[in-house]
Amino acid sequence: MLKLKVNEIEVEVEEGLTVLQACEKAGVEIPRFCYHEKLSIAGNCRMCLVEMEKSPKPIASCAMPAAEGMNIKTNTALVEKARKGVMEFLLANHPLDCPVCDQGGECDLQDQSMYYGVDKSRFKENKRSVPEKNMGPLIKTQMTRCIHCTRCVRFATEVAGVPELGAIGRGEDMQITTYLEQSMQSELSANVVDLCPVGALTSKPYVFEARPWELKKTETIDVMDAIGSNVRVDTYDWEVKRVLPIINEDINEEWISDKTRYACDGLLHQRLDTPFIKYNGKFEKASWDEVYKIIKSKFENTSKEKICGFVGDLSNMETGYIFKEFLDRTIDTKNYDSRSDNRFINTSKRENYLFNSSINGIEEADLILLVGANPRYEATILNARIRKAYLNNNTKIISLNDVDDLTYPYKSLDGKTQTLNNILEGTHEISKEIINSKKPLIIIGESLLRLESSEFLFNKTKEFLLKNNKISDEWNSLNVLSTDAATVGSIDLGIINNENNLFSDLKEHKFDIVYLLGQDNLEFDKKDEFIIYQGSHGDKGAESADIILPGAAYTEQDGYFTNLEGKIQKAYKASYPPGEAKEDWQIINELAEFMNNRKLFNDKDELDSSMFNYLNLQKEKQVKDQKNFPKEFQNENLIIKVKDYYFSNVIARSSKTMVDCNNSKLNLKSTGTEG
Amino acid sequence: MSLRRPAKDQPESFKFNASSLEAANVIVAKYPEGKQQSAVMALLYIAQKQNNNWIPLAAMKYIAKFLDMPYIKVYEVATFYTMYNLAPVGKYFVQVCTTTPCMIRGANQLVEACKEKISENEFQLSDDKSCSWTEVECLGACVNAPMMQINDDYYEDLNKQKTLDILDKILNGETPKPGSYRGRVNNEPENNRKTLVDLKNA
Amino acid sequence: MLKDQDRIFQNLYNDKGSDVASSKERGDWVNTKEITDKGRDWIINEIKESQLRGRGGAGFPTGLKWSFAPKEVGSRPHYLVINGDESEPGTCKDRDILRFEPHKLIEGCLITSYAVQAHVCYIYIRGEYFVDGQKLQAAIDEAYEKKLLGKNAAGTGWDLDIYIHYGAGAYICGEETALLESIEGKKGQPRLKPPFPALIGLYGCPTIINNVETIAVVPTILRRGGKWFASLGREKNTGTKIFCISGNVNTPCNVEEEMNIPLKELIEVHAGGVIGGWDNLQAVIPGGSSMPLIPKEKCETLTMDFDSLMAEKSGLGTAGIVVINKDQDIIKCMARIARFYKHESCGQCTPCREGSGWMWRMLERMAKGDATKDEVDMLGDVTNQIAGHTICAFGEGSSWPVQGLLRHFKKEIEKRNNLDPIVQKKNNIPYLVDQHLLDKKNA
Ligand SMILES: Cc1cc2nc3c(=O)[nH]c(=O)nc-3n(C[C@H](O)[C@H](O)[C@H](O)COP(=O)(O)O)c2cc1C
Ligand code: SF4
Ligand code: FES
Repeated sequence: MLKLKVNEIEVEVEEGLTVLQACEKAGVEIPRFCYHEKLSIAGNCRMCLVEMEKSPKPIASCAMPAAEGMNIKTNTALVEKARKGVMEFLLANHPLDCPVCDQGGECDLQDQSMYYGVDKSRFKENKRSVPEKNMGPLIKTQMTRCIHCTRCVRFATEVAGVPELGAIGRGEDMQITTYLEQSMQSELSANVVDLCPVGALTSKPYVFEARPWELKKTETIDVMDAIGSNVRVDTYDWEVKRVLPIINEDINEEWISDKTRYACDGLLHQRLDTPFIKYNGKFEKASWDEVYKIIKSKFENTSKEKICGFVGDLSNMETGYIFKEFLDRTIDTKNYDSRSDNRFINTSKRENYLFNSSINGIEEADLILLVGANPRYEATILNARIRKAYLNNNTKIISLNDVDDLTYPYKSLDGKTQTLNNILEGTHEISKEIINSKKPLIIIGESLLRLESSEFLFNKTKEFLLKNNKISDEWNSLNVLSTDAATVGSIDLGIINNENNLFSDLKEHKFDIVYLLGQDNLEFDKKDEFIIYQGSHGDKGAESADIILPGAAYTEQDGYFTNLEGKIQKAYKASYPPGEAKEDWQIINELAEFMNNRKLFNDKDELDSSMFNYLNLQKEKQVKDQKNFPKEFQNENLIIKVKDYYFSNVIARSSKTMVDCNNSKLNLKSTGTEG
Repeated sequence: MSLRRPAKDQPESFKFNASSLEAANVIVAKYPEGKQQSAVMALLYIAQKQNNNWIPLAAMKYIAKFLDMPYIKVYEVATFYTMYNLAPVGKYFVQVCTTTPCMIRGANQLVEACKEKISENEFQLSDDKSCSWTEVECLGACVNAPMMQINDDYYEDLNKQKTLDILDKILNGETPKPGSYRGRVNNEPENNRKTLVDLKNA
Repeated sequence: MLKDQDRIFQNLYNDKGSDVASSKERGDWVNTKEITDKGRDWIINEIKESQLRGRGGAGFPTGLKWSFAPKEVGSRPHYLVINGDESEPGTCKDRDILRFEPHKLIEGCLITSYAVQAHVCYIYIRGEYFVDGQKLQAAIDEAYEKKLLGKNAAGTGWDLDIYIHYGAGAYICGEETALLESIEGKKGQPRLKPPFPALIGLYGCPTIINNVETIAVVPTILRRGGKWFASLGREKNTGTKIFCISGNVNTPCNVEEEMNIPLKELIEVHAGGVIGGWDNLQAVIPGGSSMPLIPKEKCETLTMDFDSLMAEKSGLGTAGIVVINKDQDIIKCMARIARFYKHESCGQCTPCREGSGWMWRMLERMAKGDATKDEVDMLGDVTNQIAGHTICAFGEGSSWPVQGLLRHFKKEIEKRNNLDPIVQKKNNIPYLVDQHLLDKKNA
């Protein structure tokens, strides 16, 4: 610990911190533009100048390491003058167009100029004007407003790992741009909008939509992947206007992926806002009573073995739980599942389907082996952590497959299960590396779990890690990378059927009624099945349905999700379902009442407590792993099947912005400017 | 200076020819392993030399790949340093120093000469496209002011007439002799040497 | 005047060749091994004793700088980097060393590399000096051929490789950390300090950076002794120095002279006097464009060294003397220098990026007489907001000349620019109408 004085206040800080951080610790606010905790230090805005004893010039506090015995002053005339001076320079060429700037109301420059600015400009020359730059469908530029803090450049280079932004030219002609004004290719690109302290980079889809103070803000979580990024949803009346990250150091730090941020316009399109019934191949609007009545009679006239239900990728846990209760209690069947295919999941212990080392833990890893995963597209935020580990510790990364650019260098193997088997048997050079690593990480992707020998390989992986002491209370190297928000929660709730293969039964048309709860990803050819679809969007599932029950999206109902690490978090209602649509749990509760004259639960609270009861019981009931290797090993080629990044779920598929993103990437590929 | 922009007309592709490639490899070898990015400045020169005194975008891309660095980083370098020409400048590129030490010895006459002989505006090619000119900052030959640089060579101790003569030559495709145009030897005080006289006479 | 035998750069005017043979005749390379045999500590001590100060502009004691290099070589190699960017207007001395005395530099590199334990030395030469760089390259090639470089260079037992790295037109790359960035293949933007290059420099390794002239005088100092060097000039401002005398003089030239030589002697004796006679002198920039000018009155008695110029609120800088006579418009001269700085600012930090253009534009208007009274003080204000607030010393370099102008020629500016800030209709210059004040007045 170092002792220093800030404005005569004694503070103690850890070694390695900067003077700026020490000042903060002393409760002294330091103005800044270029400094950002998560980025490297640039020290170029010069706003954070403070006075240091024995230094004739003021120093940039963001860049100066704190040292023992320093005497810092931030409230002297010298400092005041320096700040005013820097402010005047920043404003000299900055347009005074706050009224038409989308940053207005949440602009660092605007705020700080209130403190440090002077009321009139002495700058009489013509203001510089800088041409706009094309940065793609997400980022709107107004480069005349740029104050050259280089936060965006540093973000793209460091965090996103896709160095596409740069400052070209020099001196007062310096300009921030992408290479030849191509759109940014990173899935994290729009974070630069948050980082830009002024209105140079603003959100293109949100342009002129609203002023910050008009919006209702709801802190909640995201469901575009299994990360559970913490977000704030800003709504204007019913409409979700934008999604912004909120800081959660354990999960998303302060970033979110472009999909998380911008798929939200998908909440406005393709919505199911009233019940539908299909007559002669055409959907017709119906009332809730009508549809319930039809469903009731269908259920009553079908034997329970012929009924099945599937939970989708975006369903919250309450919905999943009440659905399961409905099938268990009202219908009396165990024909339900939350997967969309028969991928292997060992449910005997919770650690078998979790990302055990935690997202935070990635930073401690000294070796990472990816098998059957493409984290860049399957879990963008987690991928950024892997990159961080690589940057900070030069962590070695190996992937069984070549999965193209992951934003960090990695060694790729031949993609054969034989190779993985060799590693697990200890006959491959990499086995040793894993064994010799203190904190290795094996990340198993869903693609691996779809292989013929998935069970064999999974169990063998675990055995290998156990044998080498890589699974213990301190560190668990076994990590499964789930891709969907609902996955882990649904498995926790036991919505999985490992006894029967529902998927082959479905394909063989063994069911008469199929109830799809937000499930749009099943692959089967409909024959005579009666399909009930409950969900928010008119997508694949709804198309195939005979009856549609309009549900709510994640922003329209409270609901729990468990992320891939096993953390349970609640998404809060920020808006309400459109038209006749209802919250999902309510629909099922009502349907049950309709059928049995009795609700499953009296209210949401009762549902919640019943669900948590169930989860707690499950925890105690964890069984021992089966040690058998039922299916024999086969040599296969591991093929990584990644969902189309911008179209991975119904909300994203309904989003115009995601279409634009996709097109801008395709464009770049087809014009060849990229290669 | 405003931001220099790449030329509108760009060749489709670019590749080092054999001698450029050889030169490039020699350069890369000067730097420690893994630090090949250090060679970017030299490689941009090589590309410029090979391509008629200017660097097309395709060359930047080629160099980026050659050195395994992001395009934008090469682009940053190419736009930061003023000696990289991003658009055609002609076979003879005349750079007139007009910074104060040259200015007070009449650099404006050199500029006039360029305007008369080459083109009205900076970076505008002469009618026969062989030549263009620009004002530049101090070229580091202040005691030989006023002076100008044509491609790699310095032409020193000039005045308007001498400049016109030199420009005539280059417009004729000749390469005039570089150095002082008052016949003085390097940087010694002209006809006024008080030091190292023995050596001179030895 | 300095005695000829005390001149280090005997071949400053290229009377003899610059090859190894003729360099040897001048004493280079004769007993390099004997020097290195005396050991690192001896070398560094001798340089400290000589009181040699860096010739690149800042005048930092060279021996002290070398002693900052880590004593033991750790996992990271050490580097020596020679600064031959020479772009400061008024300066053209390193060029003569590169082309006429390359072996002084090369031998200096070897000895210095030995002293700071570097096996690789990069010489950074401004791109415009390509031809001179080629001459240096020829000398390096010859040195390799004669085994003066490479493995066991000059029999010293020390291995040294020297490479030239060309700049490409950026004054800022003369700033030592920008220079390192440039060698690393990036834009020449100065780094934040600390850390200092002696510990974390080129490629993150300990790096010593010196000017061409600084290193080129090292072998002679070690041969003739630090005491000899210290006996020239005066305390803390010792030895000889190449002065570049340009501008309105009859015989502009480079000349090696003793430190602390009177300015008048340089101008009158070597440079053949001011054009139009001494009385036609208006002002002198004593040390390259960054150094505040000195008005005629003070030139009479001024002596040229670091400390006496500092006492005049100026500096020796690179010893590039620009003589400006009364035929020149001093405001225009400084406006042109301001344009230079505007052109050369790297653009990284706010005060310099925004301020250098602002100063230039104001000065241009002042030269034309288009500025208002109050702007003269405001210009001073702007210089004060730049100097001391930037990442590198460019901020000072760009504002000092303007401050010098204001210090000594304020009356001149005010005479020309006496417009009232609240001009209502007098002149059709839109920016002179200060809307703000007009509003107030009418209100
Ligand atoms: C803007 C700027 C430009 C500089 N240009 C040069 C230069 O062209 N040549 C040089 O040797 N030093 C230059 N310097 C000084 C160097 O930063 C550094 O102090 C010097 O190379 C150290 O060498 P020395 O100790 O031998 O003088 C410059 C400094 C600044 C701030
Ligand atoms: S002072 Fe100027 S040259 Fe130095 S870092 Fe700042 S912007 Fe660049
Ligand atoms: S915050 Fe320190 S210089 Fe920008």
